[in-house]
Amino acid sequence: MRRLLKPIKDVGIVGYGAYVPMYRIKNEEIGRVWGVNGFPIQEKSVNNLDEDAITIGIEAARNALKRAQIDPREIRALWFGTESKPYAVKPSATVIAEAIGATPDLDAADFEFACKAGTEALQAAIGFVGSGMAKYAMAIGADTAQGRPGDHLEFTASAGGAAYIVGEKSSETVAYFEGSYSYVTDTPDFWRRQHEHYPRHGNRFTGEPAYFHQIISAAKGLMEELGYSPSDFDYAVFHQPNVKFPITAAKILGIPKEKVLPGLLSGIIGNTYSGATLVGISAVLDIAKPGDRILWVSFGSGAGSDAFSLVVQDAIEEKRDLAPKTMDYVNRKKYIDYALYAKHRGKYIM
Amino acid sequence: MGRPMQVARYWRHFKEKYRLIGGKCKSCGHVHFPKRPVCPECGSQEVEEFQFSGKGKVVSWTIVRNPPSGYEYYKPYPIALIQLEEGPVILAQLTDVDPEEIDFGMEVEMVTRKVREFEEDGIILYGYKFRPPIK
Repeated sequence: MRRLLKPIKDVGIVGYGAYVPMYRIKNEEIGRVWGVNGFPIQEKSVNNLDEDAITIGIEAARNALKRAQIDPREIRALWFGTESKPYAVKPSATVIAEAIGATPDLDAADFEFACKAGTEALQAAIGFVGSGMAKYAMAIGADTAQGRPGDHLEFTASAGGAAYIVGEKSSETVAYFEGSYSYVTDTPDFWRRQHEHYPRHGNRFTGEPAYFHQIISAAKGLMEELGYSPSDFDYAVFHQPNVKFPITAAKILGIPKEKVLPGLLSGIIGNTYSGATLVGISAVLDIAKPGDRILWVSFGSGAGSDAFSLVVQDAIEEKRDLAPKTMDYVNRKKYIDYALYAKHRGKYIM
Repeated sequence: MGRPMQVARYWRHFKEKYRLIGGKCKSCGHVHFPKRPVCPECGSQEVEEFQFSGKGKVVSWTIVRNPPSGYEYYKPYPIALIQLEEGPVILAQLTDVDPEEIDFGMEVEMVTRKVREFEEDGIILYGYKFRPPIK
C-alpha cells in the first residue's frame, strides 16, 4: 500500500517569501515579570500594533510574488494556514488575495491545525497544481501566536510567516517536491476552546506522544516511501516550538545538528506556529545550492505532521535575490520591554 | 461605528487602500492618487488604473498624540506627507519607525497594515502605511 503523497504531475516552488516583524522581547525580560529563570530560547519576535496574521501573510505573499515573477491573477487558490485569525468568522485568505491583486478568479480559504496549518495548505496546493486543476496555488502559514501571560508558552509564542507559490516543475521552479507524507493521530496535547483567549496544553504530554511521535513517524514514513536514509539529506527543518525539540528529533533520526541549524530560527525569533517550518525552509532556500535535498517536517498539536522531500534547482540562484531574505527580517530588530510588549499584544483595556 | 453603512463606504476603497492603486490619464499621462473619474490635469475622462511602486520619500511629518476615535490605542504615531516616486504626494502613517529616526527626505516603502478597528465586534480596516525600506 503506497503511503507516499505524490501528484500526477511533478510540482515545485515557483516563488517563496518570508516575513518576521521587527520587535523582539528577550526571554529574561518575560522572566523578570513572572519570576522565572532558565529559558527555552533567547528572544522572540513580537508583532507591531498594526500587525496581525493577515498583514504578515500579505508581506510574505508579496515577497513570494517578487520571486515567482508571475501575474497574481494566474493564482487559482490562496490557502492561508493560521491559528490566530483576526476574524473568528470571515476568511483571512480573501483579504490577502485582494491585497496582492489575485482576486477574483481563485479559491481562497483558511486552514487550521495548530502549528501545522501552513504545511497543510501546502499539501493542498501540491494536489491542486499536481492534478492539473490549476497552474499556480499559493500556501501561506502565519501567526501572531497567543500564550497565556506567565505560562511557559509565553516565552516562545511569536509572530511571523512565509508564503509559497506552487507550480508545475520546470526551469522556473526553485525547488521541486519528490513526494510528501502526512501522519495524524488524535492526540490532545494543546487546544483552545471557542471564545477562549489562550490555549491550554498538556505540559509534559506535549513532548513524547505528541511532538516526537508525529515528527519521527512522519520523517521515517517519508524516507521509507522514498527509499532514502538521513544521509541523503543536506538540510532538515523540523517544527521548532523551542530549540531543544528539533535538535533532539534530529538526533533520534540520526541527522547531524549542522544540517538542522541553518533552518532553526526559534532561538532568536521564537515559535511562529503555522509559520515555523515555512520560515525555516525559506532561510534554507536563501542559502542552499542547486541539487541540495531538504527534509521538511512540520508538527501541529492535536496532532500530526506533514513531511516533504524538496530538491533545490538552478533557478534558486537568480530568484533568491529578488526579495528580502529571511535573515534580513530576522536581523532587523528592536527590543521592547514587557510594558510595550503588552501594548503590542493588545493587553491594555482603554 | 462599524455599522453596515460604514462597511460599504470602506469596502469601495479596498483597492486603493490595500494596494496603492491610483489613476493614470490616458490622454496626458498624468498620474494621481486616489484615482479620479476625471483627469485633474487635462479634464479627460479617459483615466485608467495605475499601480504605484510604493516607493517614496518623506516630505514632512508630525507625531499624533491626541488621535481621533478608533486610533487611541496606536498613540503616539507618526503621520507624514510622502512623495511617491511617480509624483503624487499623499498623507499616510509611518510604521516600524521611532519618531527620532524620521527625517526629511527619508526613503520609505509601502506596506499594508491594520489601520483601524471598530470596537470588539466591528470590521478591521487594512490599508497602506510606509516604513523604512527593508534593504
